[in-house]
Amino acid sequence: MFEGLFTALRDEGVPVALDEWLMLHEGLERDLHQSTLSGFYLMSRAVLVKDEAHYDSFDIAFARYFSGIEPAGEAMDDKVWTWLHANPRFLHISEDQRRRLDEMRDQLELDELLEKLKEKLESQEEEHHGGSEHIGTGGTSPFGHSGYHPGGIRIGGQGRWRSAIQTAGERQYRDLRTDHEIGSRDFGVALRRLRQLSTRLDGPATELDVDDTIRQTADHAGQLRLSFRRPRRNTVRVLLMLDIGGSMDDHIMLLDRLFTAMHQASHFRDLQVRFFHNCVYDRVYLHPDMNPRTSESTDHLLAQVDSDYKLVMVGDACMAPTELLAPGGAIDYQHMNEIPGAEWLQSLEDHFRHAAWLNPHPKRWWDTIHGAYTLGIVRQIFPMFELSVDGLDQAVRHLMVRR
Amino acid sequence: MTNASFRGTSDYIASPDLQAAVNVAVSLERPLLVRGEPGTGKTLLAEAVAESLGMRLITWPVKSTTRAQDGLYVYDTVQRLYDSQFGEGDPADVAKYIRLGQLGESFAAPERVVLVIDEVDKADLEFPNDLLWELDRMSFHIPETGETVAAKQRPVVIITSNAEKELPDAFLRRCVFHYIAFPDPAQMEQIVRVHHPEVEEKLLRQAMEGFYLLRELDGLQKRPSTSELVDWVQALAVGGIDPDTIVDELPFMGVVLKKQADLDIARRHMAIRARRAAMQQERG
Repeated sequence: MFEGLFTALRDEGVPVALDEWLMLHEGLERDLHQSTLSGFYLMSRAVLVKDEAHYDSFDIAFARYFSGIEPAGEAMDDKVWTWLHANPRFLHISEDQRRRLDEMRDQLELDELLEKLKEKLESQEEEHHGGSEHIGTGGTSPFGHSGYHPGGIRIGGQGRWRSAIQTAGERQYRDLRTDHEIGSRDFGVALRRLRQLSTRLDGPATELDVDDTIRQTADHAGQLRLSFRRPRRNTVRVLLMLDIGGSMDDHIMLLDRLFTAMHQASHFRDLQVRFFHNCVYDRVYLHPDMNPRTSESTDHLLAQVDSDYKLVMVGDACMAPTELLAPGGAIDYQHMNEIPGAEWLQSLEDHFRHAAWLNPHPKRWWDTIHGAYTLGIVRQIFPMFELSVDGLDQAVRHLMVRR
Repeated sequence: MTNASFRGTSDYIASPDLQAAVNVAVSLERPLLVRGEPGTGKTLLAEAVAESLGMRLITWPVKSTTRAQDGLYVYDTVQRLYDSQFGEGDPADVAKYIRLGQLGESFAAPERVVLVIDEVDKADLEFPNDLLWELDRMSFHIPETGETVAAKQRPVVIITSNAEKELPDAFLRRCVFHYIAFPDPAQMEQIVRVHHPEVEEKLLRQAMEGFYLLRELDGLQKRPSTSELVDWVQALAVGGIDPDTIVDELPFMGVVLKKQADLDIARRHMAIRARRAAMQQERG
């Protein structure tokens, strides 16, 4: 049942699995949706969607699936109303009845119409077996015949069925999509995956080592000797290099959030941050003001920082070709670089076992954006990911792969 | 299975979405994973569910050091070793040194209880995976005593999380999920009234306006939530603030915004607003 919805959800990128689909049917069997479409909407969302970032996609799929069959009464037979099979007659509204319904709808606001239907149903709850007459005034006479549940619910279901589509149609969860809004918290979550546990690091030994305690105690003829060991710790160290100034100004908020998340991610064993302008040359800066006095030579940095640091480069990689390819091409006029930027980037990438480049420009712009030429070159040197939650996630995965 | 269904309580207002999610989870006997911004009442939800279904509540607050094992049972090795050393107690009886954790307790309870695993995302990444089997089967084995603890009545499990993203897929597939959206002004008014039934109409309206204004400011590190508004209304009422000045002057702003950087943003915003107002007056 509802396979169309399943496919629609998958098409929209909601990862629905078979277990969840079965759970949904279990719910349907137990009538947890109370035979209404809005109930079905809420139940299926609770069961099938596990991330509010997918609420919007769910709404789209749900609206597409259900609104597609809204006008065709016959088509509902297989899809929507099979789970209401107690009264298949519902589906065969005669032209006359439908016209009367439509007239009603013209007279009343949708809400009023729903209210009115509901009222009528409540008032005749007892006689719903034969009480087609009363509801009939609402132009829905065939509804009352169901002995399965108060027919009211079914009519309520029909009316509310629209309202579910309307809720879905409003797309009120649009803001929650991960490809839209990025807060430092989301970055933080992605960064949490950046870890490698080991007990080899320094730190207080706080965990009781039972095996060793028993061994030691036995060695001491039953005199209790407690033995402790160090808990496991994250060994990941990170070097973060940020492009600031110039074209990166547009992305300042995004960078700020990433930066905050990086600093809040207290689980790194070490986090080093350096700054550069457009491209890395022979010196990198310790502070974002890029004062040459607080800079260090790139060679010095490479000598200092082990190759097991994960290198995270952040920049738009859009610049004049000379900045990347020509000696003396550095954007700062007083800065004379003898080695072209591209070579510096290459030596950075060679030094570190794991490196990734995060680009604040959305990936779909990369081939056409102003500066696509240099972006393409940088992309050949570094694996590049877009600076979004999903992109960061992929970058982190890439950084954790053994090489 | 219980027939009672959750409708919120007198002091906990649950939206229809939330009610549906809770009832689906309770009926299907699946864990309910609740996610939402801090301060949207995730933890309170568990209390409300317990109250409304008339069940006992067992809380398992998760910390960064919590392991899945802690929730099942703890085997107090050190105590047993000491007892055997000094001849106290009865070290031969292992069961004496086994203490059930919150999950274990909820299984062992004779009646159906509500178990809340609070802030599951604080723990290690592997934590939810380690609980998969136990939550699925609602039973676990204690090798030390050879005993199996199985749920007499499957407890209602509510799991709260601030950031669900990193929870493993296998875990998510077994849960019913609900995201508590930030309340819209109408719901918010209802919530504040529950806490401050006496509050003056005008003060409340002005405070709400000021609150949503502050909340929508760009670049906040910590956006204020329901509890901040509730406190703020209290502060404004106690402070005897003239409701007309609230939106303009935003008194006791420190109650709403907790970070220095956020306060700076708000002050800048107020300065800009004041300047614009002055300019308009000049023109007018």
